[in-house]
Amino acid sequence: MGDSVSRRSFLLTTTALGFDLKPAIAAARELKISRTTQTHSVCPYCAVGCSVVIHTLGDKARNVQPSVVHIEGDPDSPINRGTLCSKGISLKEFVVNERRLTRPLYRAPGSSAWTRISWEEALDKMARRIKDTRDRGFEEKDAQGRTVNRLPNLALIGGCTDTNEINYLISKFRFGLGIAAYENQARL
Amino acid sequence: MIETVAKLVDTTLCIGCKACEVACQEWNDQEFTTGVFRNTYQTLPDLAPNFWNLIKFSEHDINGEQHWLMAKYQCMHCADAGCIKACPAPGAIVRRPNGIVDFVHENCIGCGYCITGCPFDVPRLSPKTRKVYKCTLCSDRVAAGLEPACIKTCPTNCLTFGSRNDLKFLAEKRAEELRKDGLANAGVYDGPGVGGTNVLYVLKHADRPQDYGLPKDPRIPWTVSLWKGPLKWLGNTVFFGGLLAALVHYIKVGPKEAHDEAEN
Repeated sequence: MGDSVSRRSFLLTTTALGFDLKPAIAAARELKISRTTQTHSVCPYCAVGCSVVIHTLGDKARNVQPSVVHIEGDPDSPINRGTLCSKGISLKEFVVNERRLTRPLYRAPGSSAWTRISWEEALDKMARRIKDTRDRGFEEKDAQGRTVNRLPNLALIGGCTDTNEINYLISKFRFGLGIAAYENQARL
Repeated sequence: MIETVAKLVDTTLCIGCKACEVACQEWNDQEFTTGVFRNTYQTLPDLAPNFWNLIKFSEHDINGEQHWLMAKYQCMHCADAGCIKACPAPGAIVRRPNGIVDFVHENCIGCGYCITGCPFDVPRLSPKTRKVYKCTLCSDRVAAGLEPACIKTCPTNCLTFGSRNDLKFLAEKRAEELRKDGLANAGVYDGPGVGGTNVLYVLKHADRPQDYGLPKDPRIPWTVSLWKGPLKWLGNTVFFGGLLAALVHYIKVGPKEAHDEAEN
């Protein structure tokens, strides 16, 4: 297109010829999830375990930092069939949140401040504590002399979004240590 | 042909979970504002420029019986929309081919006339952007073949989305069902006075919609109708009539001639 046709003259002539501008007005604003990657997941809140679809913007290109733009119910789930409650539909706030913890924090006994530590350090600390607690409280035999191999001073708690596979591993871990008390939060 | 879309709110199924409120906030990327507790479960006392969908919780004593009524409140997308009628900015409020009344914010001049024109008191002027906001019926989602965000999330099937004719049929059927179940006053609320709305309600007490926070007889204010109806015609007639008269005068009498004062 040359410079001979300005926007004004184009509009003037086309409208004079009966060109209708209405279709341009009729177009709604662009769908914000039209180019997103869909990831299927489970809502982390209650025991119902609704499925959600996480919409992430940005392909996996090297110079792109993908961001979650929207989360809504998964229509393929037989549990919620696409619906979500007021907590579930607010999940984006849970993922994209400056107050979200993404690295382990450590507060030493008696201290009032949390300090950042590495994952290795955190895992080492946890392993050390589990081992020490187990060494302190492990009971091989009960008062009547029967073999029990139990660990009454440690408890285990699971979450409602743990899958069958994770629960299998958690059970293995629990039986290995001899933990008797275990519970989950899946009945809120 | 593009069918007129609508949503159906079956208030007898609403449990007041407010998922639709949050879904609306999330989809439209609205910042949430906190309020103060006012002895009610209602989230905010009223709609706001960044809060387009409110569940009104109202308690009423009807015939000696305590009733806790919940109704979704948002833009009704009227067939005869008062906001479109009152809007002086071309292209600021448009009706999509599927019946959705949508605000185009780049054309909005923030005069607030639509607020005066709305019989349901829905649009809200933002003091920050000086533009008016309201529910869009998720026109972006609907254009892509998706249901609006509030409809999709509703866990009790209280909200349904579809063609207006289908929903009107379903609503009447549901009201009939309720009447058979002993709720004698059950009925459908379909925006009387504004030519029907694209948000339909099934009410347990259809004889008293005001108890749900819905106007009993919504009407476009007569000032707006007068100004955009007869007065506009009259104004246009006077204006173009004046131009025409000037032209006729020019042809018949000719231009005004300057007289040299010295000649007199």
